[in-house]
Amino acid sequence: MESNPVEQELAPEIEDTVEERISVASQRQLIWWRFRKHRVAVVATAIIVIFYTMVIFADFLATNVPADSEAFRGLMPPQPVHIFDGWKPSPHVCAVSGARNPITFQKDYVTDCTEKIQVRLFARGYEYKLLGVIPTDRHLLGMSDDTLRPEDHIYLLGTDKQGRDMYSRLLFGTRISLTIGLFGVVLSLVLGIVLGAISGFYGGLIDNLIQRLVEITRSIPSIPLYMGIAAAFPHDWSILKIYFAITIIISLFAWTDLARVVRGRFLTMRDEDFVTAAMLSGANQRRIIFRHMLPSFYSHIIAAATLALPLMIIAETTLSFLGLGLRPPAISWGTLLQDAQNVQTIALTPWLMIPALPVILVILALNFMGDGLRDAADPYSN
Amino acid sequence: MLGYLIRRVVYAAFAVWAVSIISFFIINLPPGDYVTSYIAQLAIQGNIIGAEEAESLREYYGLDQPIYVQYLKWMNQIRQGNLGFSFEFGLPVNDVIGERLILTMILAAATIVFIWIVAIPIGILSAVRQYSIWDHTFTFFGFVGLAVPDFMLALVMMYFSFVLFDFSVGGLFSPEYVSASWSLGRGIDLAQHMIIPIIILGTAGTASLIRITRANLLDELRKPYVATARAKGLSEWRLILKYPVRMALNPAISLTAYILPFLVSGSIVVSVVLGLPTVGPILLKALVAQDMFLAGGIILLIGWMTVVGTFLSDLLLVWADPRVKFEGR
Repeated sequence: MESNPVEQELAPEIEDTVEERISVASQRQLIWWRFRKHRVAVVATAIIVIFYTMVIFADFLATNVPADSEAFRGLMPPQPVHIFDGWKPSPHVCAVSGARNPITFQKDYVTDCTEKIQVRLFARGYEYKLLGVIPTDRHLLGMSDDTLRPEDHIYLLGTDKQGRDMYSRLLFGTRISLTIGLFGVVLSLVLGIVLGAISGFYGGLIDNLIQRLVEITRSIPSIPLYMGIAAAFPHDWSILKIYFAITIIISLFAWTDLARVVRGRFLTMRDEDFVTAAMLSGANQRRIIFRHMLPSFYSHIIAAATLALPLMIIAETTLSFLGLGLRPPAISWGTLLQDAQNVQTIALTPWLMIPALPVILVILALNFMGDGLRDAADPYSN
Repeated sequence: MLGYLIRRVVYAAFAVWAVSIISFFIINLPPGDYVTSYIAQLAIQGNIIGAEEAESLREYYGLDQPIYVQYLKWMNQIRQGNLGFSFEFGLPVNDVIGERLILTMILAAATIVFIWIVAIPIGILSAVRQYSIWDHTFTFFGFVGLAVPDFMLALVMMYFSFVLFDFSVGGLFSPEYVSASWSLGRGIDLAQHMIIPIIILGTAGTASLIRITRANLLDELRKPYVATARAKGLSEWRLILKYPVRMALNPAISLTAYILPFLVSGSIVVSVVLGLPTVGPILLKALVAQDMFLAGGIILLIGWMTVVGTFLSDLLLVWADPRVKFEGR
């Protein structure tokens, strides 16, 4: 669309000494070298990798069962981990006890740092299956003392209204929000590649029709539309069904961008020599499209898909936030943020806003990563 | 020129038709027909409708007829300016939407003006003083502005304005003006209340317009005609504003058409969070209650509004850059 400021800044000044290395490098190596120069994109990629690792090991990282609710410990403030006790390393959290205020009927919590709850790494907690297969009860962080007393607890990020652990819920919400975007990207990739390829390869009337379809899809405000579709899901649908229905809806958000990228590439490539050569050697059209043309711009497709991913995450989060996407008991960033919808909650229980941080971080990181990939996708430019 | 105009009109007409089909599709999505829901709603209030009356209602909406007849009946109603009846509010849809639609339009238009006023000077500055501290700062904010979803920005703004200024953001009018008729005071009050929603809505658009203006202007500044003008002794700012900026603004105009749908989408969500009296909260309420004529009417009208807005900015573009009409699109 527009030239990237960072690209110009880091425009590779190829030195003579490495010129030889570059002339024999494979395309993949060239892309990697170019991508590496975009520092911000590399950092962003690391962040994304960390988040998807969290998605895989959500159970292991969690400290409590995300659905466990106890009314008596609702809206408890976060308990940060203190690593040192005076000068002595002794990781602990301070005990928090609550009593109902007889006048306001609010629950008032008092942090009492004389009473310490020792924590340790790889502690025992609730039982789960690591990666869905290995049964275990070890968690990254937990109370050193296995004898669980009901008054002892660690809620690193506090609890929500129903007394559920925000930290564990955030981990599981991340799992759903980040995977739903991935499936959505796959779906819109299929749609975008097929329509974009047909459009760019055949041109003419079909191209014109598909381009008009793209144009109209883009000129209609998407959120009200998808709100309308999402609102029609029957209330008795299971979480899984709604999950996939939402995936399909949000994949409608992004296919137009991908179709445009693919079409543009096809148009420029249609007259290349290697395509003519393939045609002359009698390859059929499907083979030419999928065997010869598509692989030559995989990198562009990957970049476009990375840039489409944040759109999907925003779409899901927005729909769920409005109560039209995933519904409780499903946990996603959107449903978590639903609790933080009005000023009172924000002012009195600011920790309910914490799920906003990973959303912003992940979306920023994905944008930077996609930008870096887009610049690196064409290693022969410049 | 005429050819371009006709093509644009045909596309717009096609889009208008597509929007109406989609809206009608959404109206018919929920299980059960409109009359059944209506009767159920009335029954809750204690009004039992007889079978005959129900039958006449069904006939009125053409529910016993094939789907395309229902669509045509609905379109015919809309042609007469009647969007149907909302049982959630017990009022005709026109009365429910009324002023809210106007406020939605005012909000979108004001946001576009805001984006232009803020983004273009910053974009010019970033390009002319490339790699200066300002350029880097705005580039960074641009990325953040593009990345943060509207509703999140609204939440964060709400939090900070509460914590820092002890000021609660919400609504578009002070209490005394909520149901007053239009006057100068009400207009000023509206303008004051719109500032924060406009900033929230305009951030993403501003960010992308800054990036586009900057990139285009940088391309233009490298062209030989700039060097010529400079060699001839034209003062630097006059030179920049008179030639390259004019060239760089054309893509900015076409961007306006592109961001309009996003603005309207965003305004729905932001209005829900901030409790603005636009069509947003009503749409959400209608969808949750499955009050489909109201929901469909809102989706139809904001869709049409967007199509018209896009059409207008296409005309603006051809006025600003007559070359586009020769592009065989």
